[in-house]
Parts: sequence; structure tokens; C-alpha cells
Amino acid sequence: MIPANFEYHRPGSVDEAVSLLTEHGEDGRVLAGGHSLIPMMKLRLAEPAHLIDLNGVEGLRSIAEVEGAIHIGAMTTQAEIIASDDLAARCPILREAAELIADPQVRACGTIGGNVANGDPGNDMPAVMMALDASFVLRGPGGERSLAAREFYEGPFETARDDDEILTALRIPARGAGQGQAYCKLKRKVGDYAIAAAAVVLTMDGGTCSQAAVALTNLGITPLYAEAASAALTGTAVDAAAIEAAVEAAVAITDPAADLHGPVVYRRRMAGVMTRRAIETARARATGG
Amino acid sequence: MSETQTETQAETQTETQTATTAEREAALGGIGCDKRRKEDARFIRGQGNFVDDIKMPKMVFGDFVRSPHAHARIKSIDKEKALAVPGVIAVLTADDLRPLNLHWMPTLAGDRQAVLADEKVHFQNQEVAFVIAEDRYAASDGIQLVEVDYEELPVLIDPKKALDDDAPILREDVKDKDEVGQGPRRHPNHIFNWQSGDKDATDKAFDGAAVTVKEEMFYQRVHPSPLETCGCVASMDAVSGRLTLYGTFQAPHVVRTVVSLISGLAESNIRVVSPDVGGGFGNKVGPYPGYVCSVVGSIVLGRPVKWIESRIDNISTTAFARDYHMSCELAADKDGRITGLRANVLADHGAFNSHAQPMKWPAGFFNIVTGSYDIPTAHVTVDGVYTNKAPGGVAYRCSFRVTEAAYLIERMLDVLAQKLGIDKAEIRLRNFIKAEQFPYQSCLGWEYDSGDYTTALKQAMKAVGYEELRKEQAEKRARGELMGIGIATFTEIVGAGPSRNCDILGIKMFESCEIRVHPTGSAIARIGTKSTGQGHETTYAQIIASEIGIPSDLITVEEGDTDVGPYGLGTYGSRSTPVGAAAAARAGRKIRDKARKIAAHMLEVSESDLEWDVDRFTVKGVPDLSAAMKDIAMAAYSNLPEGLEHGLEVVDYYDPPNMTYPFGAYICVVDIDRHTGEISVRKFYALDDCGTRINPMIIEGQVHGGLTEAFAIAMGQEIVFDEIGNVLGASLLDYFLPTAVETPHWETDHTVTPSPHHPIGAKGVGESPNVGGVPAFSNAVVDAFAHLDVTHMPMPHTAWRVWQTCHDLGIDK
Ligand SMILES: Cc1cc2nc3c(=O)[nH]c(=O)nc-3n(C[C@H](O)[C@H](O)[C@H](O)COP(=O)(O)OP(=O)(O)OC[C@H]3O[C@@H](n4cnc5c(N)ncnc54)[C@H](O)[C@@H]3O)c2cc1C
Repeated sequence: MIPANFEYHRPGSVDEAVSLLTEHGEDGRVLAGGHSLIPMMKLRLAEPAHLIDLNGVEGLRSIAEVEGAIHIGAMTTQAEIIASDDLAARCPILREAAELIADPQVRACGTIGGNVANGDPGNDMPAVMMALDASFVLRGPGGERSLAAREFYEGPFETARDDDEILTALRIPARGAGQGQAYCKLKRKVGDYAIAAAAVVLTMDGGTCSQAAVALTNLGITPLYAEAASAALTGTAVDAAAIEAAVEAAVAITDPAADLHGPVVYRRRMAGVMTRRAIETARARATGG
Repeated sequence: MSETQTETQAETQTETQTATTAEREAALGGIGCDKRRKEDARFIRGQGNFVDDIKMPKMVFGDFVRSPHAHARIKSIDKEKALAVPGVIAVLTADDLRPLNLHWMPTLAGDRQAVLADEKVHFQNQEVAFVIAEDRYAASDGIQLVEVDYEELPVLIDPKKALDDDAPILREDVKDKDEVGQGPRRHPNHIFNWQSGDKDATDKAFDGAAVTVKEEMFYQRVHPSPLETCGCVASMDAVSGRLTLYGTFQAPHVVRTVVSLISGLAESNIRVVSPDVGGGFGNKVGPYPGYVCSVVGSIVLGRPVKWIESRIDNISTTAFARDYHMSCELAADKDGRITGLRANVLADHGAFNSHAQPMKWPAGFFNIVTGSYDIPTAHVTVDGVYTNKAPGGVAYRCSFRVTEAAYLIERMLDVLAQKLGIDKAEIRLRNFIKAEQFPYQSCLGWEYDSGDYTTALKQAMKAVGYEELRKEQAEKRARGELMGIGIATFTEIVGAGPSRNCDILGIKMFESCEIRVHPTGSAIARIGTKSTGQGHETTYAQIIASEIGIPSDLITVEEGDTDVGPYGLGTYGSRSTPVGAAAAARAGRKIRDKARKIAAHMLEVSESDLEWDVDRFTVKGVPDLSAAMKDIAMAAYSNLPEGLEHGLEVVDYYDPPNMTYPFGAYICVVDIDRHTGEISVRKFYALDDCGTRINPMIIEGQVHGGLTEAFAIAMGQEIVFDEIGNVLGASLLDYFLPTAVETPHWETDHTVTPSPHHPIGAKGVGESPNVGGVPAFSNAVVDAFAHLDVTHMPMPHTAWRVWQTCHDLGIDK
């Protein structure tokens, strides 16, 4: 449980951090809250030769409203997400999901940027970001670009981020009228990753669902955006039949591994149960229930 | 009469006039007092001194190269690259220990265990080489670079296949032996066969029975989870030839003897110290390879060697618990009165037989399996076998296999009740040993000291509103909802143990206490047990306070240093109160006996004219004439009658005449989500009877802790292996340790039935809640499905297993 040797860097700016990353290439690794990376280093599953700590970088810790959209700096901690009443009012699913992540100690250090950049299908925020149709802002030696959360995840711990890029911010579109959000997570205990979890964001417009998004956590090798499930809800009254169709479509794209929490069949069933509960809750919230 | 004496007496008399008996009793803080724990002041400030806090000049660190395979032959070990790592000092292998004959060590069960794998590895993560380095980082780098060449061998994981003709032979070192320390065996993978009871009479009871029930139950392999893992610092002083061994030992004196036996060092040249220990739960009783390697390392290098387990090392290698495959049958009459019990157990002991129990008891006290019930005849067999798993089989917060026994009988009572359609409380009331039957001789050979099970269960039923709960359950069932009510009315057997049947390495399982009263009226007491969090510094002081009339705040309690305290067998199996506290009380009485002589001299009366009054001797009929203990203490050093030695100190060695039998009545109510299988514990009521209650607050704390561990075991803990022997889930990411959020709310209650043979009537309580809690949870979960003809569900009751039951019954949608 002791990491291998590494060199520690503490840049003061994004540019400095990017140039360190560029210099050290594959041997370099960004350190945010450390609550995913350091456990892996202790088990020597990760042995970065250069650790580039972002905690001294200015300007990455912020929550702001920009033309109705929400901009969150990558180094904003999960605890800060929970603490912000403004954020909870604008985008309640963030607090709801963050409270289901780990425990208060972990959330005090763990960052929202680290949670989405990590690429672990067990992280909760990626599915939430997919459901919200958020985008991620990346800065590399060639400048800045923005990628949709739904396009970001490629495999276990593999994302569309280039090795020399840093995630600087997350952008969440404004919440329109009639939008309901819900995150339902089945887990055994505080500090556990999801056995199955579902994020649902849907908009009800006079009894009809005008827009819906369903995304799933820990049910495949990446977080999953459930496109067919989302489509199954759109244009319906989100009645029993529509929910059933959405649940079936969501379960269909899951491909979880068996683990000590249960066999594949259980985790897929629970994907269905969580999806159903999240849809029902989001719908009730959308209609003021 | 001297001047000083007159003065003292005058003072004493004024005090008596101002303080009532009740006030003086309260000032003592003795037995029955809800005192806060003395030790907590340092623990809650982070000021404890645990083994990893120990730093010594020139100290170095050891860490193990561990086997990735469960069964393999070691073809070669290459140390060269590891030795080239800056800071690495030495790499030890079995070949290095062989000349010292320390590559194997004896176990407490009469078998032997490899210190470093000798030619073969027998379980995953087994210790293969010990790397010693200047710091932990270098040791950790070094272990990555020791190159071990293995030839994999067929693996034996399923104990049910261990005795097959074509099973791979695991222990080649003992394959030709007829026995490995615990009686005859019949296969190279067989360890022992142990039986208890009357087979013929039991067969007869079954032949003529009106009803019989049978159930197979597996009590899964679990691991005690002390917050602090195991570790030690060994320090050999090359000049004096003295070895000091600091470590996480539940039984430091026994460790000293074991170290002497295996190292050849004189016991007088060994000092074993258990500093503050962060929980033990049976995990820290036996000797481990880390201790031996640290000692050898220190002898060879002349520098202190520290070894501290990681959490993964702890869960995957040091002693596990349970792993009993049990089959049980009950015979009964048509009214549910049990007429016979038959139990057969297959015990998976892993690669070496390293359980830690009194040596004559290869299956511990499993034959307490008739529980709280008046069962006329029974027969029990237990077979132990080797598998490619880590060794152990310790008593995880219980007294030697009592947990397995209590789980079995408490579940079986429910199985029988369901078969006959009798209420689960009623079946217990019908079968209980009655209060007037004590002392009760069980058919399997135990003499229960005292108990009143009927009163306890009735009190419990009333407290939870049992009838209403059953009504609510019926309504819920009609609506398709799942609600379960679990009862456990268990009896423990603790306080090992009487010298006639309990020993470790031949040493009888007595306990000891030394008390020294200082001239100015305070005292120090040393006991041979070792607290690992139970609050001994407080509890023992309270007992002694009540016996010698000196306030418990003025009594220092010390344990754990073999240079300082008298020899004792340590703390496990709830033995500290039944055995250690008895020694403390008796030592106190010896102090009082001498104090009486001194008081008689001070008051110029004869001893028989004196009576003890809380904290003083008073002259009978003249209450104003008295000698307070505080003054007697000074007199012991300044003013003695002729013929009496100076000082006021004694030592007592206590050999208990019998075990003690705490009991309880627990009721648990659960609601189950049939869609996810999640269980929510709505209510848990625990009535414990541990005889005389020394510190009710400490008892409550012990009950909370024990119930929480019971909850963990019943609902989630399990050490799982895949078919090639990889241990799965050996970290706290997977292994279930509930937090305050998941832990149910505990309601505690008690009755008091003192032990007739214990000096203060106390019985021990630390483990009861774990013993009784597990079947209470399990019974509640199964009860939720009882109307659907489910009689048993395997532990642990994780959401997916419960969901599986719902799914099989077609009620998960
Ligand atoms: C006991 C425990 C329980 C947990 N339970 C959960 C849970 O239930 N749900 C959950 O979602 N998470 C859980 N976590 C993980 C936790 O939320 C982490 O904090 C989070 O996954 C990573 O955030 P971090 O800031 O700690 O990132 P780090 O650990 O510092 O980094 C994680 C990875 O992301 C990279 N990275 C981080 N920030 C950036 C950036 N700005 N740009 C580019 N790359 C970056 C790092 O290089 C690294 O590869 C748990 C952790 C622990 C220890």
C-alpha cells in the first residue's frame, strides 16, 4: 500500500500545468482531489513518474452563471457543489447525486473535474452530465476546445481527453420550465460505488414530455447515455407504457460485470428498477409533484 | 496509642459524621456505577500509543513478498534485484530460517504453520520472503523485485471435495502422519474428527419422533475487522541479550512463552508488550509469521524491526473466523417439544490448523449447540479439513465456535416452528430450560450456572409489542408486502476456563491480578488480560474499588507488559470479566483481609469486632469508631502490628470452577424491498443478562458494538474465493464494514441473574450481542418469507441474495 517513486510538481497556472503535461507526456498525471488517483497509486495500479498537482492553479474553483448556463470550474469540490444553494436551485440533480458519492471526507477533497475526467464507469457525475447534456472544456498546448459529455467516454479509464490536455470547466445548459431531474442509486453502504444508478432529466410541457434524457452509472465499461430510452419517453405522457418501454430500452444497453454485489442478471434488473424510479421521480418533480 | 494515630482517628470520625453511607459509596465509583471510561481521554484526543506509534533509534521495516497463487511449488527465489534497491538491507526466505529451525512454527492447535513458504505455497498471499529495509518505501520497492518462480499445482477450494480419493494433497509435510495434533485422521487433507453426545440414544429419539426437520446451513467465512491491523516491533539488545517485542497481542504472556519455545531464548530474556491495541476480535490471539520474521531480523541485524500489516494483508492472511458447513436435524413431539438433536459439521480450516481455542477443543465449545433448550439427547460431529485458503478459525467476537452453535440452534427452532405452524416465540417458551432447573446439566456435558429465559423473552415480547407486530405482519402479507420478525434467545458459554478442561500449550487458563496499595491511599492493579478496547482500566478499577474501599479514580490498572504484570492467558472469548475480574475481586478481598488486621491494631480491638462498611472498618455497635482504608494504607507502611509484614500488596491466581452462561432475548423487525432485495431494519431490541452489571454504560457500548458486528456479518461480510483460489474482496471497498448510516438503532434492556460461582456474580457481555445478533437478523429475514414456505436463506443477506429469493418466488416485479 505504498506508491512507487514519483516527482511532484505544483504549477500556479493552467498554462504552466499544460506545459508540464506536454513535457512529461505519458509519464505525467494530473492530481486533483486524489481520491481516485492516490488509491490506485498505493496499489501500484498507477505509477506516474510525474504528478502535477492542480491544487495551486488559480481560477479552476468556481461556480458561475453565464447567460443562463452554469459554468463549474474543474477543481470545485463535491462538497462545494453540495454547499451551493444557488446551484441546488438551478440544477438540483447535482446536489442529489453529489450527496450519494462516497462520504464527507472524500467529498471535501474530491473534485467534480476529477470525477468526470477519471473515466471510471463507477463515478456518478458522468451519467449526470450526460443526462444534463453538459459539455467539458479542455485546454491543451493547441488551445481550448469543448466536448459533449455524451461523446467523452471511450472505455474504462479512457476518455476523449488528450494526454496533454487539462479539463478546466464543465458547462451545463440552462434548465427550462417544466424540467424535472432525478438521480437514483442503489448501493450497499456509504462509500460504495453504485450497484446500478440512473440519471433522468425530462421536461413536461402540458402533459407531454418534450425532451428526455436517461443515463446510467456503472452498468457497462463506460457511463452510458441511453438514447433509445430517452426517445421512448419523448413525446409521451410518461405513462406506464412509456416508462416500461424506456426501462426496457435502458436495460438493453447495459453490460455490467458480475461482482461481489451480485451477478450480471441482478445488476441489469437493478438498472431497470433504478431507471423506473428515476423517471417517476423526475416526472413528479417536473409536474410540481 | 501514638499521636499520629489519635489524629487520624479524629479526622476519620469527622468525615463519617458528614458523609452518609450512600455518599461514600457514590464517591467510590465502584460496581454498578455508570462511570465514563478512563482510557477515552487519551483515545479521543489521538494520544493513544499503538504499535505503529512506536519509533526506536535505528529502526528498520519489514514487509512480505506474498504468493499470487493458492497452491504452487516454489522452484526458485532470486533476491538479487531486490537487494540492489537503495535502502534494502536483507531478504529472508525459508532457506535462511531453516538453519535456525524457524521456517515453520507451531500453531496453538497442535499443527504447524510455515513462517516463510517452504518449497510450496498453500494459499494466495502466503508469506514467501521478508524484505527488510531502511524505510517502508524501500521495503515496498524491494518486494516488487524479488523474483519467485512458481510451478502451479491443482487447487482445492471446496472443502466438500477435500476428502475425495483424487483430491490434491495439500500438506505434503504431514501427509504420512496419522494425526496432526487433534486426534486420528483419515485422509491427508483431514485434520480431525470430533464428536460429542450419545449417538445411539439420539438415533433412537429420531426413530420414534412425531416430527423431524432438517436443514443445511453454511456459516460463511468472515474476518474480524479491528480498526488497527496486526503488527509488531521486535528489538533485540545485542549487549544484554534481551528481546523486547511490542505487538498487537491479545495474550502477551502466552506470546512470551511461544517466543521462548520457538526461539530458544530464556523467558527471562524476553519482554512482550501490548501497547494500546485497536480492537482484536480474535484476530490478534495467535502467532503470525510477521512476528517471527521481525524477531529473526532484529537478532540478525541488531536493529529494531517493525512490521505492520496493510488492510489487504490483514483480511487475506491473518486469522479468519467461521467457515462451518453445518447440517442439523431436530426430532420433536407434535407440540414442538424437542426430543433430539443431530448436527454434522464440515469445518474449513484453510492451509494450516491455526485456530486459537483451548487445545482440547478442536471445534471449540460447539457442543453448546443445544442452546437455551431442554433437549434430552443429542449427537454432534465436526470434521476439520485443509483447503488452499488462509489459516485461522478464530473466535470472532465470540467464545470458540459458540456463534456457529447459537446460529444453528436458533435457526433450527424457527424451522421447527414453521413446520408445526407454531409461533416462533411460543416454540421457544415450550422448550426453554426453566429457571428452577439451574444449575442445569446439558445432554452434551455442560453445567449451565444460572438463567431465567422465560422471564427474559416475555419481557422482550412486551417491550416490542410482539402481538401487534404479528398482526401488522399479517396485514402486510395480505397486501403483498414483506415484513419479518426475528427472535433469538441464545445462551453463551464464556470464561475459559476451568483448569480441568482448558489449556493452551499445557498452560491452564487461569487469570491473575496483583494489587499494590500505596501509602497515601491510592493503588495500582495489574491483570494478566489485555484490553483491546473493552475499557478494562475502568471496569477493573470499579471492581477493586468496591472490594477495597479506595475510589476507582485512584486505582491505576495496567495490563500488557510481561515484565510488569502477573502471568495471564489474555483477553478473548469474553473471559476478562468471568476470569480476570474474579481474580481482581479476590485480590481485593485479600487486601481487605490484611487491612482488617491492621485496622484491629489501629482501633485496639480484635478482628472479629470489626465490620466492613464501604470504605472502612467500623467497630461493631460503635459506628463512630472506625478506620478508613486511606488511613489503613498509611498504617501498612508506618504502624503495623507485630508479626505482620510491611506493605499492602497481594497477587491472586484464579482458576474458575465453571464457565459462565450469559444469555439474552433479541427481537429484530425488518422490512424488505421486494424489487431490490434491500433490507431495512426497523427495530432491534436486545435484552442481555450478563449477571451482575459492573458498568452499565460500558455494557451498553459493548452491546452496541457487538450488534453492529452481528449486523455486518449477517448482512454482508464474507471472504469469497474463486475456483483457482484468488481471494476476492479483501479490502474495505468490498468487505462490508457498516458505517453509522447503515447501522440500525439499538434498543437495549437487561435482566440480572448473577452467576452463583463467580466472586461478584458477573458473566461477561462483550460477545453476547454478536452471538445472539446474527441469528436474530437471519431469523427476521427468513421470517419475512415464512408464509411463502421459505425455511432458510443463506448468509450474508445481501440485497442480491434476498432479491434472488424474491425472484425465485416470482414476487420481484
Ligand atoms: C472511499 C471512496 C468512495 C468513493 N465513492 C465514490 C462514489 O460513490 N461515486 C463516485 O463518483 N466517486 C467515488 N469516489 C471517487 C471520488 O469521488 C473521487 O474524488 C473522484 O472520482 C475523483 O476526483 P478527484 O478530484 O479526487 O480526482 P483525482 O483522484 O485527483 O484524479 C482522478 C483522475 O482524473 C484525472 N484528473 C483529475 N482532474 C483532472 C483535470 N482537471 N484535468 C484532467 N485530468 C484530471 C487524474 O489525473 C486522475 O487520472 C470514491 C472515492 C473513495 C476514496
